[in-house]
Amino acid sequence: MMAAAGVGQQWVLVEMVQAFYEAPAYHLILEGILILWIIRLLFSKTYKLQERSDLTPKEKEELIEEWQPEPLVPPVSKDHPALNYSVVSGPPSHKIIVNGKECINFASFNFLGLLDNERVKNAAQASLKKYGVGTCGPRGFYGTFDVHLELEDRLAKFMRTEESIMYSYGFATIASAIPAYSKRGDIVFVDEAACFAIQKGLQASRSNIKLFKHNDMADLEQLLKEQELEDQKNPRKARVTRRFILAEGLYMNTGDICPLPELIKLKYKYKVRIFLEESLSFGVLGEHGRGVTEHFGINIDDIDLISANMENSLASIGGFCCGRSFVIDHQRLSGQGYCFSASLPPLLAAAAIEALNIMEENPDIFQVLREKCKRIHKALQRISGLVVVGESFSPALHLQLEETTGSRENDMKLLKRIVDYCMNRGIALTQARYLEKEEKCLPPPSIRVVVTVEQTEQELDNAALIIREAAQSVLN
Amino acid sequence: FFCYFLPFNEHFEQAPMYVAVFTYLGFGVGTLFGYLRDFMRAWGLEKCHLATEREEQKDFVPLYQDFENFYTRNLYMRIRDNWNRPICSVPGPQFDLMERVTDDFNWTFRFTGRCIKDVINMGSYNYLGFAETDANALKTVADVLQRYGTGVCSTRQEMGNIDKHVELENLVARFLDVEAAMVFGMGFATNSMNIPALVGKGCLILSDELNHTSLVLGARLSGATIRVFKHNNMQSLEKLLRDAIAHGQPRSHRAWKKILILVEGIYSMEGSIVRLPEIVTLKKKYKAYLYLDEAHSIGAVGPTGRGVVEYFGMDPDDVDVLMGTFTKSFGAAGGYIAGKKELVDFLRTHSHSATYATSMCPPVAEQIIRAMKCVMGLDGTTQGLQRVCQLSENTRYFRQRLHEMGFIVYGNDDSPVVPLLLYMPGKIGAFARRMLDKNIGVVVVGFPATPIGESRARFCVSAAHTREMLDTVLNALDELGDFLHLKYSRHSRSSHPELYNETSFELED
Repeated sequence: MMAAAGVGQQWVLVEMVQAFYEAPAYHLILEGILILWIIRLLFSKTYKLQERSDLTPKEKEELIEEWQPEPLVPPVSKDHPALNYSVVSGPPSHKIIVNGKECINFASFNFLGLLDNERVKNAAQASLKKYGVGTCGPRGFYGTFDVHLELEDRLAKFMRTEESIMYSYGFATIASAIPAYSKRGDIVFVDEAACFAIQKGLQASRSNIKLFKHNDMADLEQLLKEQELEDQKNPRKARVTRRFILAEGLYMNTGDICPLPELIKLKYKYKVRIFLEESLSFGVLGEHGRGVTEHFGINIDDIDLISANMENSLASIGGFCCGRSFVIDHQRLSGQGYCFSASLPPLLAAAAIEALNIMEENPDIFQVLREKCKRIHKALQRISGLVVVGESFSPALHLQLEETTGSRENDMKLLKRIVDYCMNRGIALTQARYLEKEEKCLPPPSIRVVVTVEQTEQELDNAALIIREAAQSVLN
Repeated sequence: FFCYFLPFNEHFEQAPMYVAVFTYLGFGVGTLFGYLRDFMRAWGLEKCHLATEREEQKDFVPLYQDFENFYTRNLYMRIRDNWNRPICSVPGPQFDLMERVTDDFNWTFRFTGRCIKDVINMGSYNYLGFAETDANALKTVADVLQRYGTGVCSTRQEMGNIDKHVELENLVARFLDVEAAMVFGMGFATNSMNIPALVGKGCLILSDELNHTSLVLGARLSGATIRVFKHNNMQSLEKLLRDAIAHGQPRSHRAWKKILILVEGIYSMEGSIVRLPEIVTLKKKYKAYLYLDEAHSIGAVGPTGRGVVEYFGMDPDDVDVLMGTFTKSFGAAGGYIAGKKELVDFLRTHSHSATYATSMCPPVAEQIIRAMKCVMGLDGTTQGLQRVCQLSENTRYFRQRLHEMGFIVYGNDDSPVVPLLLYMPGKIGAFARRMLDKNIGVVVVGFPATPIGESRARFCVSAAHTREMLDTVLNALDELGDFLHLKYSRHSRSSHPELYNETSFELED
């Protein structure tokens, strides 16, 4: 038995030696090199990615002792323009008391005057009695109330889309929606004048951002053509890279409207999806207040996602996105502001539902609002020293200095004097505030003029007159 | 190192090996079936319930990759009925759930129109029981709602700074015993919009492993370098600090501008409390700054409800940035940041939220004011203190009974967040559904909110829970624990610890 095993072993050995002789030369050389390489790797030192530098412990201690950090926050000068807030005593409604002075409100985005509406307040009171104030949980963990579901349903029906999803904060709506769809490696074409929330959403998404000049379709087409050329070089990558165009219905920073029909043409020509941000145009444009799609008469299914906040026309808090279920349902698990944050307090949702009811019952207020916008737009023309920026039917206008003094700080001081002059005469205005260092394309300093449906024609004319006087007195 | 004045009992017991094996086996089976179902759906053998792309856009680049949603389609969908359960009453200690049925295995739901009444609520963050509808208690809120309305329609820096905000900020500063405070409309946004204002490129952020998404998002948006240290592990943190200061910024070796340590008071998935005294010692030694997110701990721990700073008996000035939310203990919405006056002044001018986002709405601000006054005792009663004591008592009782029964429960003995480990994916659905049958609403969490092998049920004890309610829940848990074999603990504690000497530290490095 043992002998047979021995012979068997010998057999195997003989076979091995024979194979060794019969193998081609390159094979042996390759194997030899591999064996030598393995031996080298086994004996070489492992290296770590983070530098293990040669600091002695004493040197390390010295460095740690010496290091001085900057102060946590740099000191803020006492006369920083944004430091001292104007204090509003009482509700920021049509007649507002700012810093003790009673004024007509031309600064709050209360377009449809629903802030003061009795029906809205009663609906909120009823909800308060039934649900209390807070929801004590995110949507996934018993934070979904029947009012939330009702509001989402109503918003979807109002906008005539399949589904809508609601967020508890207006800023977080678009800032959570963008990173849910657009990831690293995807391409987003966005307008230069996009608002800050969009910029933060894009930053969180880590996608490639391509800015096109404000409302310049030729520039956008140029960028899309360039992208097409890039795609042809690498078709495999192009097949998985998602592309989006991001535009606002009515731009907050410039008061312009986006050229939606051209955008739709570009969408189908270059196969890019469109996301629309309608915070200012929801409840303002269109025959029934459905926004810029109704204004241009475009099929709402052509837009992939519409996002709006409820803090302007609906005079509540929060925001929503609406569109087809295919698109919106995804945010229920990947929208960060939806999954990881408490849901909207039910009294605010009930207020929004009642506000929607009012909007549906009185579709003529939108036309009234637009008329008032046109009126004041006309009345503010030809003020020497100030330029009106914005469409004639946009309820949020900007007044910029015709000639800048050269420094932003001085411009802002001049505008502040105009605002103070108006405030002293009963017109509440405010300067548009920006974070100078954070904005991609910083708009020039301006005064915001907001038109609401509650302002009478006399008040509008009076306001225009006072602004004219202010400009004359301060700028001359 | 530092020695605590109170015993610091934290437990993170590991389950026996067979549990881990069966857990992964369970996920494996689920995945296999997932592939099978995907195959059947692709070949038309099974009806596809998913929404599809428009006809006109079929040749666009697909919006979602198939494998991204694999987990959602095949594993999450099976037990989806345990989340997003709609309620139709106030989220107090008991609530009414809307009855939901599914005809096609959780792809769509339909409401029967009935309400399941008086379900015991172990899921809502209602620590001090301020989610109530008592007309007397809400009188001031109703008045403010009538006077101010619901909206604000402007940002803090423009026309949205209402006198209620000023009142609230002064009250918060008084409550926390700091110089100044600032409030924001949303708790999540407080983190994601203020951390970028405080740190930027060239700064270092040292963040705990298990930090909340809002902290991670804020850190990412700031552009600073982020390094993660092991959960609540002071050696790991110290090592990172020493290496960072000695080596400087990567590749250029320039000195860091600032170092910011991000931690939370109570971690919502683990129930652990931050080791604050040790972190403060480290931060003072290495000249770093500390950002403490007290979302779950403000109002819930501490002898008078002032949070972890009071719990450890420390000075609020030691923490550079105190942040918290009002959603959990105060039954409202929104967040705050408090600290020195320079910090708050800087945030007033440079915070993204103050410049671009709407401010908090007045009725919600009033709810916080009245809740905070109640906790501080400024309304003339001792109700606030009673609530804090009741919460602490409920927490201790609940945790102690669970330990006695033999469940594996994570976290600190004093934290009202109680995670009970389930491990296996099949038990997640079974546990939640059976508890609902017994009229108890629980929250279960699985992957990706927790590590894949550690699914859990998370209970949030409230001051409004009575002893009877807690006993009902505990008896139900006892029964269910035996039925589902959930009592994995090998160290069940006896109910008379004073009978023998037991060391109170179980530090896991």
